[in-house]
Amino acid sequence: MAILINENTRIIVQGFTGKIGTFHAQEMIDYGSNVVGGVTPGKGGQTHLGLPVFNTVKEAVDQAGAEASIVFVPPAFAADSIMEAADAGIKYCVSITDGIPTQDMMTVKNFLRRFAKEERMMLTGPNCAGTISPERAMLGIMPGHIYMRGNVGIVGRSGTLGYEAADEMRMLGIGISTSVGIGGDPIIGSSHRDVLERLEQDPETKVALMIGEIGGPQEVEAGKFAKENMTKPLIAYIAGLTAPEGRRMGHAGAIISSAGESAAEKVAILKELGVTICPTPSLMGQTVAEVLAKM
Amino acid sequence: MNIHEYQAKEILSEYGVKIAEGGLAYSAVEAVQRAREIDGDVWVVKAQIHSGARGKAGGIKVCKTHSEVERAAEELLGKNLVTHQTGPAGKICSRLYIEAGTSIAKEMYLSFMIDRSSERVIMVGSAQGGMEIEKLAATNPEAIIKIYIEPAVGLQDFQARKMAFALNLDTSQLNHAVKTIKGCYRALRDLDANVLEINPLVLTTNNEIVALDAKMAFDENALFRRHKIAELRDNTQVDSREVAAAEAGLSYVGLEGDIGCMINGAGLAMATMDMIKLAGGEPANFLDVGGGASAERTEKAFRLVLADSGVKAMLVNIFAGINRCDWIAEGVVHAVKNIDMKIPLVVRLSGTNVEEGRRIIAESGLPIITADTLADAAEKVVRARNAVVAQEA
Repeated sequence: MAILINENTRIIVQGFTGKIGTFHAQEMIDYGSNVVGGVTPGKGGQTHLGLPVFNTVKEAVDQAGAEASIVFVPPAFAADSIMEAADAGIKYCVSITDGIPTQDMMTVKNFLRRFAKEERMMLTGPNCAGTISPERAMLGIMPGHIYMRGNVGIVGRSGTLGYEAADEMRMLGIGISTSVGIGGDPIIGSSHRDVLERLEQDPETKVALMIGEIGGPQEVEAGKFAKENMTKPLIAYIAGLTAPEGRRMGHAGAIISSAGESAAEKVAILKELGVTICPTPSLMGQTVAEVLAKM
Repeated sequence: MNIHEYQAKEILSEYGVKIAEGGLAYSAVEAVQRAREIDGDVWVVKAQIHSGARGKAGGIKVCKTHSEVERAAEELLGKNLVTHQTGPAGKICSRLYIEAGTSIAKEMYLSFMIDRSSERVIMVGSAQGGMEIEKLAATNPEAIIKIYIEPAVGLQDFQARKMAFALNLDTSQLNHAVKTIKGCYRALRDLDANVLEINPLVLTTNNEIVALDAKMAFDENALFRRHKIAELRDNTQVDSREVAAAEAGLSYVGLEGDIGCMINGAGLAMATMDMIKLAGGEPANFLDVGGGASAERTEKAFRLVLADSGVKAMLVNIFAGINRCDWIAEGVVHAVKNIDMKIPLVVRLSGTNVEEGRRIIAESGLPIITADTLADAAEKVVRARNAVVAQEA
């Protein structure tokens, strides 16, 4: 099963013929993802990496049966590409692009809300490493070889910290159903909670690991959701114990701007909600192993 | 990106918000000249630094004569002002805004910001202005009104009227209030600002609504399409190391500790700093080298970390995805040789091509301490730092 993507998911790459798009499209194909083509406006009809190039996402949906897309388009044009995917009937879109203006993302989210919930495209990112269902499909830029297939679902903001978690788990022989990067920007396509909803419904996933950080209300909202609606155990790590207030720590969203947004406060609230906390980032794998052992 | 009060006021004035008459001065002579140009018998000399709470830090002086203006200007120019928003390092004042004194009947609060939860612009107001909104929110939350604005249609007149009445303005002031409120919203939307705060917004004894202070912060990601705003950047108000980092395409935040860090990815960087703290150390900085960490970029990152003379030991933690550990290892070896590093260095590599990377470090013959895991790396760097401190003592 897994969530969002599997070996059959028909994938297109937006910004296919650019340098970055080309490199990662090839990596995804090599991993075994079912890439069926790409979109670069004006280059429709050409062949790239042995696959068809389309002028519009709609053509890719109609002619290649595209279901999922990954966006490598530069920041100034990325919001437009995401909305084009939603309009064309793509079901799931990952935006890798870093540096999209916040107001553009506000427009994107507003555009997505016009669709009825069951017809609305799911978006993760921007500014994320993508999604992987290990040994089946990769829709992202992560090093695929560190992910082992298994029963733990992961949702996290950060790319490399997600790799750290996957690697720790692999060392302990623990595999992953699907790992989803939601991105580090202030306004993002899907929240921790949105991904947890999917993981809760996935028969393959036994436990969920949430990798959060300082700033914003999302981790706490996810904790509340887990307490009220999840049967599966939720484990969490929150990065940024040493982050000072009011200073942005790399990610545009990683800034403590109001009460309840520091790592210590989030950890305290999540504990209260019954979430198992990883005390340190080097114990993410270990904590997951302990929870699995008790099941 | 933050801008100065006088710059925000110039912008707001173009959007129909009334401001007091004022002018900019870089010297005491200019300050007096500005005061002469402004009618009246009270002038306010305001230090232009990127921080609120300037009044408490002595950055705002009310003057009754031109010689008082001169003295105030002499005192403030070149002064380092420390407020609770600047941190202990403070911010240097090199510009003054000389403004006509305003006769205040009532102080209010008005702000607009992009709200992460609702993914909308939120307008916040209070009839009780002048104090910090955070304190007001804690002591008297009912005194704050919040109005959410639909992105597709923008701020509507009825919402602006609702705010005006919540600010306890009366009917005679309503039209002016609506114009002011809508002007602020348009400035935020048109110019890709994240925050616009007017504290206080005042009602004068002449029944006018005036922005007595103004603060605007802009989305760095949108500056590519806001050239006029990008030109307002004032690097004297930003930590010089952060400026150098931004020029090299790195993300750096200076902190109080003495263990230098170079890490790829913001989340992993925060997590590594947490590990250093848990191992008993204090990080000197946050530094994300990002995705494509070339040898040149690695050397720049090293120089940036080591420019902080308080750094006693350094940790490099890289989890290579798009990067390759062998490239990083070559960059590290190159940087250590070029810089002639005097302090201990701990390197932890993981991910793509890790064996090759470790081999390059081992065969370099340099005194680099290697670590396999995050925990191991943090413990080793804290131990190395403690050894340096013990030796110095």
